[in-house]
Amino acid sequence: MVNDKKAEIENNLTRIRSLITKHKRHDHIFAGVGMFIIISLTITLLVLFLDLVFDGYPRFNLDFLTNFPSRRATAAGILSAWVGSALVLIVTFFAAVPLGIAAGVYLEEYAKKNWFSDLIEINVTNLAGVPSIIYGLLALGLFVYGFGLGQTILTAGLTLALLMLPIVIVATREAIRAIPIHIREAAYAVGATKWQVSLHHVIQYSYGGILTGVIIGMARAIGETAPVITIGALTFIAFLPPSPVGLEPPFINFEWLEAGFTVLPIQMFNWISRPQMAFHVNAAATGAIIILLTLLMNGLAIKIRYNIRKKIKW
Amino acid sequence: MNRLKLKQISIATFVSLGMLSTSSIAANDIVKIDGSSTVYPITEAVAEEFQIATRIKVTVGVSGTGGGFKKFCRGETAVSNASRPIKLNEIKRCKESGIKFIELPIAYDALSVVINKKNDWAKEMTLSELKKMWEPAAQGKIMKWNQIRAGWPDEPLRLYGPGADSGTFDYFTEAVIEESKAIRGDFTASEDDNVLVKGVSGDKGGIAYFGLAYYEENKNLLSAVAIKNSTGNFVLPSLKTIMNGSYNPLSRPLFIYLNAEKVKSDPNVKKFVEFYLKYAAELSKEVGYVPFSKEEYAAITNHYKTLQTGSAYKEPKIGLSVKEILELSAANN
Repeated sequence: MVNDKKAEIENNLTRIRSLITKHKRHDHIFAGVGMFIIISLTITLLVLFLDLVFDGYPRFNLDFLTNFPSRRATAAGILSAWVGSALVLIVTFFAAVPLGIAAGVYLEEYAKKNWFSDLIEINVTNLAGVPSIIYGLLALGLFVYGFGLGQTILTAGLTLALLMLPIVIVATREAIRAIPIHIREAAYAVGATKWQVSLHHVIQYSYGGILTGVIIGMARAIGETAPVITIGALTFIAFLPPSPVGLEPPFINFEWLEAGFTVLPIQMFNWISRPQMAFHVNAAATGAIIILLTLLMNGLAIKIRYNIRKKIKW
Repeated sequence: MNRLKLKQISIATFVSLGMLSTSSIAANDIVKIDGSSTVYPITEAVAEEFQIATRIKVTVGVSGTGGGFKKFCRGETAVSNASRPIKLNEIKRCKESGIKFIELPIAYDALSVVINKKNDWAKEMTLSELKKMWEPAAQGKIMKWNQIRAGWPDEPLRLYGPGADSGTFDYFTEAVIEESKAIRGDFTASEDDNVLVKGVSGDKGGIAYFGLAYYEENKNLLSAVAIKNSTGNFVLPSLKTIMNGSYNPLSRPLFIYLNAEKVKSDPNVKKFVEFYLKYAAELSKEVGYVPFSKEEYAAITNHYKTLQTGSAYKEPKIGLSVKEILELSAANN
């Protein structure tokens, strides 16, 4: 009898042990597959990037950054393109960030949970998945002709802001949701209003997440070509927009908002479709610079999030 | 600290919202150009030199010939680049918005038909053979080289060509198939001619057509096909054969269209066009196109000076000489 029981227990033990080894094996297989996917993705990106760097190597000098486009490939540069990209991103930032954060805070803190806020939520999530050319077409009808803003930096900035808005809203909401409820309860307990709670606590603590969303949105915007071409970005422009900062009062002017422009991806696209190999070198160099900028921005996002998270102690 | 940041952000919002309501001031001193990507390299070269010489600002966009005409007929641009003549519906649209235009041919481009380096049989072709290959009826049926001409090998035939949005495609179909935009559907299409170069250079049975500059730059990868011209000779595309007119009918004129009103009222536009005509020969050659003769440029300049508006192309026509274009334009309008 006793032996029988012992045998049964041992039997069960081996069964359980083999079960555990089996499940552990699944664990290892999954980890292996995951590792393989990550490595192959990283290698793909690295190969693409290094390929661009090697192809574009002869153009990596200061002249390339300070010259205007030219019919002579070796004398051509991306000055008007990177200045254009930078100015467009400034407009995008100032249009998308305040709106996005405000919308996110409203939806999380203020909006009542009913069919209407559900509808908004579904729409915001859907907007993040709309192809960018659709935003371009919308902007062409609305900003360029409807509001009469023309084919300007302002139009391009607002168009890309539309593109970025859902990303900022979603990031803001995610960041706000991560704040424990007892922070809010403590603030309410000492008599803070909803506005004070949002302003002094909720937004403060969610900065990290919001900034990450903002920078990732900007990194997406910098590589966008389709919507910017649709609204009428130029290809050849050998002068810079009026300077935003002046020497005479009021020191700041907004004339640059109404200037025509080009951006990095358009310049690159133009060069890659030329017959001469020398222009392909320029295109590769421009591509490497765009990827570098995107990586830098994403890296910055990670760093900021890390620093802010470290500072917050609940 | 953080409250200050918020304040800054909210001020920025108000400023940006406020700016939305400011009306845009049109910059009159900039010469605005848009249109074909084929003509773009010439106009870019002219604009570059013009800006250095005169300090007058010029911008050039690439919306394609059709997209360029849309803006041109809205009066947004002063000059429109075109790799094909303006179409009747585009003339109509311009007319509706009261835009009168001057049509100027500025250089030749040649469509070169190219094959793989290993292809040693199809060195010469007639237009009817090209048609047999590319016409809509060939779809799914003409798949081998020996179906085109008896004696050619039993190799698979694979076609590469520009997409339907390009002026090159329009011209090829009009010249070879004799019907605009009619083509078989089963060929590899790309808007980027470099993709076509890659395709044919790696495919023994491949054949493609595109602008001469793309062949000139890739001579080590591709062979050009001599095309039978109107006098019965097989001619290879080159600077010489295009300039003397023997490479026909696959060489075509490129155009710029001028807003007649702006030429009269805006001295910058006038200066730009004069500069363009003066340097078109030199600069078009430098960027890989084929210039007209000196006499032809003189005739074009005279035509421009009369400010004669309207197009020579009341219907699609292939293979007009510069002289014929200018004469037809005068006769038509």
